[in-house]
Amino acid sequence: MGGEVRPVSAPRQREPRAVRGLLIGLALLAIALFLLLPLAAVFVEAFRNGAGAWLAAVTEPDARHALKLTLLVAAIAVPVNAAFGLAAGWALGKFRFPGRSLVLTLIDLPFAVSPVVAGLVFVLLFGRSGFLGPWLADRGVEVVFAVPGIVLATVFVTFPFVAREIVPLMQSQGTDEEEAARGLGAGFFTTFLRVTLPNVKWALLYGIVLCGARAVGEFGAVSVVSGHIRGATNTLPLHVEALYNEYAFQGAFAAASLLTLVSLATMVAKALVSRRAGEEAP
Amino acid sequence: MRSARVSPSLLPGFGPALGVTLLGLSLVVLAPLAALLATSLRGSPRAFLEAVSTPRVVAAMQLSFLLSFAAAAVSTLLGLLLGWVLVRYRFPGRRLLDALVDLPFALPTAVAGITLTTLYAPNGWLGRPLAALGVPVAFTPLGIGVALVFLGLPFTVRTLQPVLASLDPEVEDAAASLGAPRLATFRRVVLPEILPSLLTGSTLAFARGLGEYGSVVFISGNMPMKTEIAPLLVMTKLEQYDVAGATALATVLLVASFLLLLVLNRLEAWAARSGR
Amino acid sequence: MTSRPGQLLRLAAALAAAVAALLAIHSASGRAASPSATAEILNVSYDPTRELYRDVNAAFAKAWKEKTGTTVTVRMSHGGSGKQARAVIDGLQADVVTLALAWDVDVLADRGLVRPGWQARLPHGSTPYTSTIVFLVRAGNPKGIRDWSDLARPGVSVVTPNPKTSGGARWNYLAAWGSALKSGKGEREARDLVAGIFRNVSVLDTGARGSTTTFLQRGLGDVLLAWENEAQLALAETGRGGVEIVVPRSSILAEPPVTVVDAVVDRKGTRALAEAYLLFLYSPEGQALAARHHYRPRLPGAAAKAGRAFPAVATFTVDELFGGWRAAQKKHFDDGGVFDSLFATR
Repeated sequence: MGGEVRPVSAPRQREPRAVRGLLIGLALLAIALFLLLPLAAVFVEAFRNGAGAWLAAVTEPDARHALKLTLLVAAIAVPVNAAFGLAAGWALGKFRFPGRSLVLTLIDLPFAVSPVVAGLVFVLLFGRSGFLGPWLADRGVEVVFAVPGIVLATVFVTFPFVAREIVPLMQSQGTDEEEAARGLGAGFFTTFLRVTLPNVKWALLYGIVLCGARAVGEFGAVSVVSGHIRGATNTLPLHVEALYNEYAFQGAFAAASLLTLVSLATMVAKALVSRRAGEEAP
Repeated sequence: MRSARVSPSLLPGFGPALGVTLLGLSLVVLAPLAALLATSLRGSPRAFLEAVSTPRVVAAMQLSFLLSFAAAAVSTLLGLLLGWVLVRYRFPGRRLLDALVDLPFALPTAVAGITLTTLYAPNGWLGRPLAALGVPVAFTPLGIGVALVFLGLPFTVRTLQPVLASLDPEVEDAAASLGAPRLATFRRVVLPEILPSLLTGSTLAFARGLGEYGSVVFISGNMPMKTEIAPLLVMTKLEQYDVAGATALATVLLVASFLLLLVLNRLEAWAARSGR
Repeated sequence: MTSRPGQLLRLAAALAAAVAALLAIHSASGRAASPSATAEILNVSYDPTRELYRDVNAAFAKAWKEKTGTTVTVRMSHGGSGKQARAVIDGLQADVVTLALAWDVDVLADRGLVRPGWQARLPHGSTPYTSTIVFLVRAGNPKGIRDWSDLARPGVSVVTPNPKTSGGARWNYLAAWGSALKSGKGEREARDLVAGIFRNVSVLDTGARGSTTTFLQRGLGDVLLAWENEAQLALAETGRGGVEIVVPRSSILAEPPVTVVDAVVDRKGTRALAEAYLLFLYSPEGQALAARHHYRPRLPGAAAKAGRAFPAVATFTVDELFGGWRAAQKKHFDDGGVFDSLFATR
C-alpha cells in the first residue's frame, strides 16, 4: 500500500456530468454499505444499553487487563519491528548484493501467511511436544499460552509493515547524501541520525502506524497461542470473542468499540502522515 | 534508477545492518516456518499427500481459492471505481471517504467478523431485506465473499490511487482531441497504464483473503464441503489432535502464499517499469 | 526540509519508557498481595460452563479462605473441549481440566499428563454433575417437534455444532443414534436417522456457544440441539419469550468429567489445592451450585435445595450403547469415520 500522491494541478473532469454523478453516487453507495454501515453497527450495538453499560463493560477488571495486555504487546512489537525495519532499510535499500530480492520476499512472507498458520508454527516450535518446548519447560520458561508467545506471534504478523515502507524509499533516495556526509567526515551514527533518518521519517511513522494497528487488532494468530486464560492471556480482540460467546453482546461490542476507536485513530494518523509526507516531498 | 548498483564501499554499516536483518528474519520468520516444514516432513510423503487429498480438505481448498479469487476480482472492480472517483473528482467529504477506505485494514478482524455477521444475519440490518429477496448472505459462501471483499478493498484502492494520480492527463487529452470516445480512451490509454497496479492490488487482496480467519469464521457457517474454509480446517484438525493433517494443510497454504509473493514481486517490478 | 533527528530520538525514548512502564504494571499486577497467603490454579474448561464456574470459583475461594486462610484465585480458560485438551497437550498449564467428555481426558492420559485410571479417582467416574441433550424450538413449536425422528423430516432446519470440534455436538450425535437403538431399531436405521438430521443442518458452528448464538441471535433454524443446561440458560437469556424447550422421549446421559492434571500440579506443587477444588464440586454447596446452573447434581436432594426440578427423561449412557468413549470416538468421529461418511455421500 503506497502513500497517496496528489497531482499538482486540479484534475480535469472530462466525463459527462451524468456519468460523473453516477460514478460518485456508486462510490458513495459502496462506501456507505461496505464501510460506514459496519462502523455504525459497532457503536449502535456498543451503546444499545446506554453509556453507563458501555462504561461498565470497558472498565470491568477482565476488560482492563485485556486492554493492558494488548497495549503491552503492541508496545513491544512496534519498536522491535521499527528497529528491524530501519536495519533492513539500510542493508537492503542502500546496498545491492546477491540474494537481496529473496530476502525482500522472505520479509514479506508473514503478510501472506494465514494467521492460523502463524500461530501454529509457534506451537510447533515452543509447545510442550514442540522442538524447543521440552528444553524450555525444564527451565520453567513458558512461551506459548503465556505472554511471550502472544508477543512472538504479534511480532511475526506485523513483521513486514515497517520494512515494506522504508526499503523502497531508501532505495529510491540512493546513497548520494550519505556519501556526501561521509566525505565531510561524519561518522556512521551522525550520518544515519542526521541524514538518513530525517529522509525516511514519514515512511517510518507510516509503517509504525500500520504495524501498531495490526499489533493491537491481531486475532487469528494470537488466538492459537493464547490459551484464553481470563485476566491473564486474553488480549482485547480475544476478550471480544469471549464476551460474544457469553451472550454479552453489548459488552462484546463495547470492547469492540474500543478497538474501533484505535483503528479510527490509526486512519486519522495515517491520513495525516500521508499528507505531511506529500507536502514535504520535493 | 534501476541500474544495478554495486555495494558502495564508501558507506559503512552494511555488515551489521544485514546481520540484524538476517537475524531478525531467521528468528521471527524462518525458524518457525522451518519448524512447520520439519513437522510436516516427519511423516512419509504418502501420508502427506493423503492428508491433503481427502474430499473435505480438497473442498475447503477449492472454496478458499475460488472465493478469494472472486472476492479479489470484485474488490478490484470496486477499487477501480473508488480509486477513480477519489482521485479524479472533487466533491465535499472526499477526504473523509478517502480516509475511510483504510477501515478494513485498521479494524481488528474479530471486530469485522462479528459486525459483518450482525449486519448480514437473517435478522440484521442488511440481512433481513436481502433474505426477503431470497438472497441469504450470512452462513453461505456469499457471506464469506462479502467478508473477503471488505478485507481486500483497501489493498486494491491504495495500490491504484498513486498510479491514477500520476497519469499524464495530456495523453488522454490527445486521445480525446483525435476524436476517441471517452470509453475507448479509458480502454486504450488508461487501462494499459493502470493494469499492473490493478493486478498487484488484486493479488494482495487474494493473498490476504486466502489465509483470512478472524473475519470469516463468524460469518461462514463452517459446514464441511460447503462453507468450510482452509484456515478453519487447519484449526479444526489441530483440535482433533490431528497435528500431521493440520501441518500438512498449513504447509500447502504456506507454499501458496510464497508463490503468490513471487508473483507479486514480478507484478511490482512490471508496475515500476511501466510506471516510468 | 529541516532535519530533526532529535524529534525521532525523543519518540524512541517515549516508546521505550512506555514499554518499561507497561512491563512494570504488568509484573506488578501479577503479584498483588503477600505471596505466602495467596495461591492460584487454572481450570481449563469447555464452553457452556462459564456461568457455573464463575459461581463455583467464588464459593470455593470463600470456603478455602475460611478453612486455610489462603486467598485462592481460580483462573478460567474456556473454549471447545477438544481445542482445550489440545492446548493442555501443547503446554497450557492447567491444574485441573473440566471438559465435555471423557475422551478428551483420555487423550491427556495417553500423553502422560494425567495418570491412567483417572476416572476411578473421584466418585461417579469423576463426573460430579450430568446433563442431557434436549431440543430448543421456536415459541409455540410451529414445526411440531416432539422426538428425534421429527428432526430428520424434510423442511425442518436443525442447528447443532460440529461433532468434530465440539464435545456437546458429539453428545448430540450419539443421543440421536442411541435413541434409535433404544427404540428397538438397528444400526442401519440409526445411521439413516442421524444422516437425515445432518441433512437438515445448515450451520455447523465450531462450538456449542456459537450454535446457541446462531439460533437465538441470528434467528436461524427451527430447532437447536443443546445441552439441557445450555438450553435453560438460553431460555433465561431470551426472557422466555421466543423459544421453548422440548424434552425427547429418550436421550443420552451426558457425563462431563473433571480431573487433576498430574504433570502440572506435581511440578507447580498445587495438588492439594487442585484436589480440594474438585472435591468441592461434590460437596452439598458445589452440588447446589451445579443444580442452580441447570446441571443435574449427583447428590440426591441438591436439586430441590437449589429450587430446581429436572424433567424425567429415559437416559442411556455411552458405555451402555457405544462401548465407551474410545470406541465411540474411533467409530464415529475419527477421520474416515461414520460422521465423515455422512458428508461424503451427499
